[in-house]
Amino acid sequence: MKKSRWWSWLWMVLGGLYFFLPLAATFLFSLRAKKGVTSFAAYIHVLSDPQFVKTFTFSVEMAALTIVAALALIVPTAVWVHVRFPRVKPLVETIALLPFVIPPIVLVFGLISLYSRPPLPIVSSPVLLIAGYVVLSLPYVFRSVDTGLRAIDLRTLVEAAQSLGSRAPTTLLRVVIPNLRAALLSAAFLTFSIVVGELTLAVMLAWPAFGPYMAQVGRNLAYEPAALSVISFLLTWGSIALMSVLTRGRGIRGTAAGGAH
Amino acid sequence: MAFLELHGVVKTFGGTIVVDSFDLDVSQGEFVSLLGGSGCGKTTTLRMIAGFETPSGGTISIDGVDVVAAPPNRRSVGMVFQHYALFPNMTAGQNVGFGLKVARRSAEEIRGRVKEMFRLIGMEGMEGRYPSQLSGGQQQRVALARALAARPRVLLLDEPLSALDAAIRARLREEIRAIQRSLGITTIYVTHDQEEALSMSDRVVVMREGRIAQVGTPLEIYNRPATPFVASFVGSLNVVPAQVVDAEAGTLSVAGQVIAGKLPAEAGRCGEVMISLRPELISISNGHPDFNQLTGTVTNVVFLGPTVRLFLRVGDSDLFLDMFNNPRLSLPALGESITVSFPRDACLTSCREDA
Amino acid sequence: MIPSRGNGEGALPARLPLRGVRRSGAGIRTWIGLVPFLLFAIAFMIAPAGSLLVGSFQGPQGGFSLTSFGRLLRPAILRSYLLTIEVSLVTALGGGLFGFLIAVGVTIGGLPRWVRTFLTTFSGVASNFAGVPLAFAFVATLGRVGLVTVLVKFLFGISLYDSGFNLYSFWGLSLTYLYFQLPLMILVMTPALDGMRREWSEACENLGASRRQYWQYVAFPILLPSLLSAVILLFGNAFGAYATAYALTGGLLNLVPILIGAQIRGDVLHDPSLGYALAVGMIVVMTLSILGYNVLQRRAVRWLS
Repeated sequence: MKKSRWWSWLWMVLGGLYFFLPLAATFLFSLRAKKGVTSFAAYIHVLSDPQFVKTFTFSVEMAALTIVAALALIVPTAVWVHVRFPRVKPLVETIALLPFVIPPIVLVFGLISLYSRPPLPIVSSPVLLIAGYVVLSLPYVFRSVDTGLRAIDLRTLVEAAQSLGSRAPTTLLRVVIPNLRAALLSAAFLTFSIVVGELTLAVMLAWPAFGPYMAQVGRNLAYEPAALSVISFLLTWGSIALMSVLTRGRGIRGTAAGGAH
Repeated sequence: MAFLELHGVVKTFGGTIVVDSFDLDVSQGEFVSLLGGSGCGKTTTLRMIAGFETPSGGTISIDGVDVVAAPPNRRSVGMVFQHYALFPNMTAGQNVGFGLKVARRSAEEIRGRVKEMFRLIGMEGMEGRYPSQLSGGQQQRVALARALAARPRVLLLDEPLSALDAAIRARLREEIRAIQRSLGITTIYVTHDQEEALSMSDRVVVMREGRIAQVGTPLEIYNRPATPFVASFVGSLNVVPAQVVDAEAGTLSVAGQVIAGKLPAEAGRCGEVMISLRPELISISNGHPDFNQLTGTVTNVVFLGPTVRLFLRVGDSDLFLDMFNNPRLSLPALGESITVSFPRDACLTSCREDA
Repeated sequence: MIPSRGNGEGALPARLPLRGVRRSGAGIRTWIGLVPFLLFAIAFMIAPAGSLLVGSFQGPQGGFSLTSFGRLLRPAILRSYLLTIEVSLVTALGGGLFGFLIAVGVTIGGLPRWVRTFLTTFSGVASNFAGVPLAFAFVATLGRVGLVTVLVKFLFGISLYDSGFNLYSFWGLSLTYLYFQLPLMILVMTPALDGMRREWSEACENLGASRRQYWQYVAFPILLPSLLSAVILLFGNAFGAYATAYALTGGLLNLVPILIGAQIRGDVLHDPSLGYALAVGMIVVMTLSILGYNVLQRRAVRWLS
């Protein structure tokens, strides 16, 4: 079917142009900081800005804590559901989809409204921010772990471990988690990319994160935002590419859709 | 002139030759099977007739007209796929009528023809069911009806029964053949199951590695296999090494025991020869002088229902023979030494290197 | 890789002291393992949403009242909903159409494997690229001194902004949203398109149908549930988007998420109950969207697996 091949390429090329142009434009734009000269001045300016370092570090720390919290919460739960309580799977899956029903702007509103007064005035605690981030990453981490568990036939592994005398924590640590490495790492990279660029939660909860910093730079400067955009894109690309490399050929296909809103 | 002719058909994928010098003439109304293992090129050949693959060389003509240049939707050949390929969004009736709908036939004509087809496949009244509501056997019947509804000139079937249970397979086999006979439609049937090929076809084409190994009626293929490959592919076979004793007289020796057989012309140059023997032609010795005799030890007796299979060890070789189950027969015990016999012309001999 | 139990079965005793694995009843014990997860869900998703729900039913004096929902009917608010629906619809349909065409290309359209792998990875990146960086990227591309704006002026002598185009408007925002809507569509539709069996297309051809007839009678009907569910998902995705709109247009475009954001910060006339009502309204829209997606997906899976 020669005709359909031509048609396929047409839309692919058009799509490619649409995706590529903004990236190219942003990169070229970011090189124009010095009048008439192509230079990386914008990048140098941004990278040497103490605020950049401060907010970026903060977001990376938050991302790390989010990853730990999310995995600590979801992995045991998913394993429990798979092995002990398969019938509750639909309920857990629905809960894992709730974050789609509650977009970040609504979520942060709810968190503030609930936690800015007694009995739990934790609205200014980093715990709330991290909890919010865990909610944002919940669907993706859950799906990644779930797919990973299904790919390794968890029940059989656990039964085999138990029949050899292993107790629950050992089974989890020595048998399940090593076999889930690819799924866990891919969930981690995805979470990282979601948290680092996140704006809504960070700005509303008034944290010095990377997202609000970028927004502020956008208000004040002209070329630096483009540089930040390029840096952010490279970071996201790096995370997702690593994630794809990890999940290739393992029967785990993590859909990295959605994200920073 | 034959109805369906393939001459010198060749197909290469990349650098590999998948079908090589395929020549076949099929008469109108004939049922021909392409039989072989996976990768032998039978499905590719079928797909070339259907038009889903283009031959790299050679011609294919239907009723005298070369069809290689014609796209698949213009050839008027009906195809039945291995996994039925029924359209899930349409009822069985809509599936069957699809070819006619596409040809812009009137609604009443379509309705009438669909009804006729459902009667043919014995599923009257089921036109409104969806494929997901039908069993595998029913789906395949609908697929057959769909292929036949638009009155194609040639019917092609690509291993249509391999996705079904053994019991349904046997029954559907007969039904397909009966329908084909009543319609008189030229049919090409691809299968790896030799029982299917032998029981259904007017002629069988045994294929191996892209080439035709033998073409013949089922009887010819089974009783007079042209090569050891064909012999081993169709039916069960004993293959036993033997030494040539006297090439002129045609005597051979198996584990020191002398037998007489028909030797190939070049027997002189072979040191060792392979003997192929059908298990059903070997029987527990009857002492007939014209029969060959071999003595060996019983190693296993397997009850297969209608037949009993006896395994023998003769020298360093293993043989097995099949006999009808007879409740009054007493079977030899394991380890017992018995003598078996077979007619002189029952063994097919070939040089060891040719196997 | 997966340890097989086949060989060992004969060696194991009849009843193993396997803890809980074979028990099918769901007693308290089995629910305990779920407690952390459920607590988290309640504390950080259900309770906050509930708090908004409760707040939306509270009148200015504190008692039960529907006045806040009444405020939703104010023309300014209705216009805001209309605008948000328009943006979501436009980007859902636009992203749906073009995403579908591209997805068809890399699946049944027969483009080489490497194109598909590249597209999948890139879609993963692009759908995460939303928010501030995306807004900046489009400013650098189609802003007043953006590269494409300048290029078009240079090559064709046309000034985009003089001709009425404005990045910081409905169409500019929609164009920007497409950058994450398109990839989402591609990611959601490729599995469905993979389920389109080649045999269906061949059977169609074999029965005499043209390519157009194949799409009309077989492919589109089969893909329709998936398509619809994907478009609904895209709709919801755009409806709830805040960061990109905020970063690109500030408070210019009165989208519902922007309004909610304003309420949270107390930017405009601080009217918390309006904020609650808006938030609840948004949850309703998103729930309908996810439900629609789920229902249609189940239908789609039946035919395509």
